[in-house]
Amino acid sequence: MTSSPSHLRLPAVPLIQIESLSVRYGSKTALREVSLTIPHGSITAVIGPSGCGKSSLLGALNRLSDLVPGCTVSGTVRFGELDVHAADTNVQDLRRRVGMIFQKPNPFPLSIRKNIELPLRERARFSRAQLDERVERVLRDVGLWEELGDRLDDSALKLSGGQQQRLCIARALALEPEVLLMDEPCSALDPISSATVEDLIVRLSETCTIVVVTHNLAQARRISDELAFFWVRDDAGVLIESGSTHRVFRMPHAELTAAYLQGARG
Amino acid sequence: MADIVFVSRRHSGQRIDRAVQVLVSLAALGICAFFFWIVSDLFAHGFGELSWSFVTELPRDAGRGGGIASILVSTVAILGVCLSVSLPLGTSAAVLLAELGAREDRFALLVRRCLDVLAGVPSIVFGLFGNAFFCVALGLGFSILSGGLTLACMVLPILIRSTEEGLRAVPNEYRMAAAALGMTRSRTIFRVLLPAAVPALVVGLVLGIGRAVAETAALIFTSGYVARMPTSFLDSGRALSLHIYDLSMNVPGGEAKAYASALVLLALLLVLGSAALGISDRWLQRRMIRI
Repeated sequence: MTSSPSHLRLPAVPLIQIESLSVRYGSKTALREVSLTIPHGSITAVIGPSGCGKSSLLGALNRLSDLVPGCTVSGTVRFGELDVHAADTNVQDLRRRVGMIFQKPNPFPLSIRKNIELPLRERARFSRAQLDERVERVLRDVGLWEELGDRLDDSALKLSGGQQQRLCIARALALEPEVLLMDEPCSALDPISSATVEDLIVRLSETCTIVVVTHNLAQARRISDELAFFWVRDDAGVLIESGSTHRVFRMPHAELTAAYLQGARG
Repeated sequence: MADIVFVSRRHSGQRIDRAVQVLVSLAALGICAFFFWIVSDLFAHGFGELSWSFVTELPRDAGRGGGIASILVSTVAILGVCLSVSLPLGTSAAVLLAELGAREDRFALLVRRCLDVLAGVPSIVFGLFGNAFFCVALGLGFSILSGGLTLACMVLPILIRSTEEGLRAVPNEYRMAAAALGMTRSRTIFRVLLPAAVPALVVGLVLGIGRAVAETAALIFTSGYVARMPTSFLDSGRALSLHIYDLSMNVPGGEAKAYASALVLLALLLVLGSAALGISDRWLQRRMIRI
């Protein structure tokens, strides 16, 4: 599978700084007072049991939380110089810079080509040649070009689950994001597709900062540089511990982390 | 003992199941029989009158002789006015209801309530309204335009409701995916959601066409019943359904032509309905595979 010498990398500059972030849905608190730093160029794995606010965290990073009725976010999220939750933040622009991959592959009911072109065309005016070039490049990036290069006009819905997920990644990559948020990107896939996507995530980390929510501890250990462990306390998700994956697996500070990583809890 | 009770219960349960099945099948059969009865009656009385000249000639002698060319033209013109107004309006309203307002939004609730009431209003009331508003207040007189606009008011609730339901049935993942890719709401609606809702829109369209083409009462007061060939949208024009009504009620000896006209009406409905379905199907194929 994947070898990860990534924990040997030097500590990098922070790219996303989260400070006392809370996410509420109506009166229910999903995430309470989370502070976390995502280093530039790293793969950060977010782990923890169901309902501990991992997806809410991702939603607060690209403001997809805006789409959820009744969802309120407090605290600050800084993405470089940008205050993500400021009223005057250009949300479309933010989401192009912070891409997102969902648990269930969600290609549009369009052709493979159109799936990639549609969001691109909204970003800027591209010539036909530029579009073709970009489509080929991102499909090569995710290893779909060899499989699908000659049938770009087929419906994306006809692809297998693994291919659909890789298409979704390609679609996000076409916008040249600085960060990719991935919400359990492998959990809906079969083991082989899952391994392919996992390899892909590692390769993508050369150009992108990646935050990946996963239930798969082995996967988190294999691919991530940083680990953030969440837990449910008083009906709300809280951050228990974060740090380099290597360190957290070897010497967890919190007893809860140690228990969870050993499979005793959750 | 308990076993016996259990068994006999199961048996009575099976009997009820069978009885329900038979009743349901009978009801379905009855509906089919009714439909075939109507169609065969139409064919028996009207098929002899059908010919190419019936479709291409103008009516003579109050419709007892000649054909229905002018009636067909008026019908299609009225329908054209109706759809070119109701389709864009209906689609916009459906987008507002399904995409732009929250479900519990007061304004959306009000709009929905109005639509429900509108859908239940008898067509004769639409006719009177159309006469008062389009013919008199707006000064359009008895005209194809007045008739078409009145019909547009009638079919709007059907169009809006089915498009709204269609939009709601579009998986939320598409909205999330589009938003996460930095797409604006409007572009998402026009490029992803509405195309995906087209099948539902077409169902509403076909129902709306059916209601519009079959309408008689609302048109008596708005497009009038002049059987001449209309020369503009401001001319009065007699719709096919009105022609049938007139022939069968007011014109002694007009029954055969009435039957034949009814056959044409039925054929027109079938043709329009399947055309709408066919075109949307082709369009969807192209759109889903290649915009």
